[in-house]
Amino acid sequence: MAVKPYKLALAGVAATGLITLTACGEAPEEGSGDDAEASFQACMVTDSGGVDDKSFNESSWAGMNDAAEENPDIDVDYKESSNESDYDPNLQAWVDDGCDFIVGVGGLMTENVNTAATNNPDIPFATVDGFSEVENVHSIQFDTAQSAFLAGYLAAAQTETGTVATWGGAKIPPVTIFMDGFVQGVAYHNEAKGTDVQVLGWDPESQEGTFTDDFEDTSAGKSLSETFISQGADIIHPVAGPAGTGAVTAAGENEGVSVIWVDVDGCESLPDDCSVILSSAEKGLAVAVKDAVLAAYDGEVGGSYTGTLENGGVSLAPFHEFEDAVSEETKTELEEIQQRIIDGDESLGLNSPSSPAAS
Amino acid sequence: MTTETATPTPEPPEAGERPDKRPPFMVLFGRYLTEANSVMVTVYSLLLAFLIGAILLIVSDETVRGTWSYFFSRPTDALEASWQVVSNSYRALFEGAILNFNTIDRMAAGTAEIGDLLRPISQTLTYATPLIFTGLAVGLAFRAGLFNIGAQGQMIFGMIGALIVGFSLNLPAILHLPLAVLAGAVAGAAFGAVPGVLKATTGAHEVISSIMLNNIAGLFLVWAIGTSFMHSETRSELVTKPVEDSASLPLLLGFVDDGLRVNLALLIGVAAAVFVWWLLSKSTFGYRIRAVGFNEHASSTAGMNIGRTYVTTMSVAGGLAGLAGAALTLGVGSGGITTNTALEYGFDGITVALLGRANPGGIIAAALLFGALKAGALDAQPDVPVDMSTLLQATIVLFIAAPALVKAILRLRAPRGGLVTLEAKGW
Repeated sequence: MAVKPYKLALAGVAATGLITLTACGEAPEEGSGDDAEASFQACMVTDSGGVDDKSFNESSWAGMNDAAEENPDIDVDYKESSNESDYDPNLQAWVDDGCDFIVGVGGLMTENVNTAATNNPDIPFATVDGFSEVENVHSIQFDTAQSAFLAGYLAAAQTETGTVATWGGAKIPPVTIFMDGFVQGVAYHNEAKGTDVQVLGWDPESQEGTFTDDFEDTSAGKSLSETFISQGADIIHPVAGPAGTGAVTAAGENEGVSVIWVDVDGCESLPDDCSVILSSAEKGLAVAVKDAVLAAYDGEVGGSYTGTLENGGVSLAPFHEFEDAVSEETKTELEEIQQRIIDGDESLGLNSPSSPAAS
Repeated sequence: MTTETATPTPEPPEAGERPDKRPPFMVLFGRYLTEANSVMVTVYSLLLAFLIGAILLIVSDETVRGTWSYFFSRPTDALEASWQVVSNSYRALFEGAILNFNTIDRMAAGTAEIGDLLRPISQTLTYATPLIFTGLAVGLAFRAGLFNIGAQGQMIFGMIGALIVGFSLNLPAILHLPLAVLAGAVAGAAFGAVPGVLKATTGAHEVISSIMLNNIAGLFLVWAIGTSFMHSETRSELVTKPVEDSASLPLLLGFVDDGLRVNLALLIGVAAAVFVWWLLSKSTFGYRIRAVGFNEHASSTAGMNIGRTYVTTMSVAGGLAGLAGAALTLGVGSGGITTNTALEYGFDGITVALLGRANPGGIIAAALLFGALKAGALDAQPDVPVDMSTLLQATIVLFIAAPALVKAILRLRAPRGGLVTLEAKGW
């Protein structure tokens, strides 16, 4: 088993050659000088999934970076949590590091953020997808039922088969709020236009429906979508972050089936699959986080923000490749409905038990 | 086992001179250090893992990679930058896990208290606690020749058992806490017995059945959390009701600073390790476990009931894993558990048991090491990638599991009794 000396020598020569090949660049000038230190440190604690989760952690982190880009005096950093037992140490570590603003992502972390904020009343905090009454905590929430309502109306207007479907990653309010809005949007289309479009996968009355119970499991998402397609659905609204790509795959494999994406504009996050993405029920997490950081920089503390159609915090994304497939009539109706939601028109039948209390 | 005679080793020259005379202590010690015995293989595995970690830190750091590209025009840059990133990263891991030197300075300046100084070690102990239990659960089964992959599922049932008793009863702490801990152990034991019974009665392999049972437990947990019986009444997220204060594990260092989260479960873990040691080395039952693990056919011929040994061993192992669940539920997770509370502690228990060589003392040491890696990596991020702790754990175990590899890399001598490999039988 002993290594023969000549083999060692050979390896040495090979390694030297490799280094010579890759390591012959010019040395840069010395003392290139660091950038000026930013004076405002904005820090984020992620929920499980990490900053590349293609979901709320990633969007929040994008918002942090946008803020740092807009204002060079802001420096941003993050710590990842693997589960709830990491929230407290991560928040505490940022307090110890002297952060000037601390963002906790995810409603699960709200109580931990509250405790940290109460213990450190001089530091402004923010909670994403949660509501806090602590004075120095800024709450960021979204009434996504509003954008999902538009998505439901659009789906009902576009379906050829008369059946559409939605499914979720888990039966939790940030998910079911989309499903509530979607189903109610379809129902309103049926009522207003005299259609009889069926929705599979969610019943807002009983709050029962179909879930993968996993936000990562794309194959479960695909098989759920295929089941719905076999039951006649031709437009699917998955509310499951990464697992939702299973619906996109299923739509690609079945002629005439399209998807309404969630959280972000699907044509931007999944550019290769834009041809099956009818639209997206968007939630402007990045913008809200960015604004919160900039506001904290200006000395604002506490308060709350609820993203709505009115303030552009939630929206229905552009139709991209379906621009011509959606009739002018539907586009006009969507604009009218959007205005009626903004005006608080209750006759639309939009009400989700998961909606954040209007601020 | 291989015996090697041709391996050249850096042996002291005196060693072979006078075989009749016992060599001096230093020589014996030096010989011990260059021998692939189980202690030195563990030590070298750790060193090699940290070495590989260092290389990856260098390669993964963009700035450092940049300095290597002009290595020949100014080599000091590359060497300095590499040294910087490696030493800073390992220092940060150490500071997050054991002792933060900055805190000492801050204490001198009056801006920190003793609680801040103890926080890293408290974190290490907190993260090590569930690993002690799951490590024991896997290690004990190893000794009976069983490969208990099911610690994860047993732990999840322990969580559920402890949680239900923890939130539904209204008792004084002196009764409530022990009862909740016991419920965790019983639920884990019941779930652990299943693969044991299946193996004893039908011959179904415990690896296969316990993997499947892990999936069942995980999905059951998702469903159970959503039921109105267990779901939190005040919170909208997928989280259960919190356990009553009377069933929460008291903090060990709460009198210093209530942010120090290490709790009574650590002491229960140490007690469990002592119990397993006693069970294995002093009790008749333990003798049976080891006999069956050594040779089930001989044990059967000697009149031992193999099936019953499997079932009892798996129950006790499941009970230990259930205690891990109780520790999580009644400890740091006492505000209610989520689908994510269990993490991979059950699977990590397999690596802990391997590193600890299925022996209770070793398992505690291994759990502390892994707890320290986790606490250190959590604190050192984002400067050090948070996956660093997983990577180091995996590399360590890789070397431990393949002592011949360590022996070959470092060209160690073969120990007298041959290489010690930990093996799980049954395949």
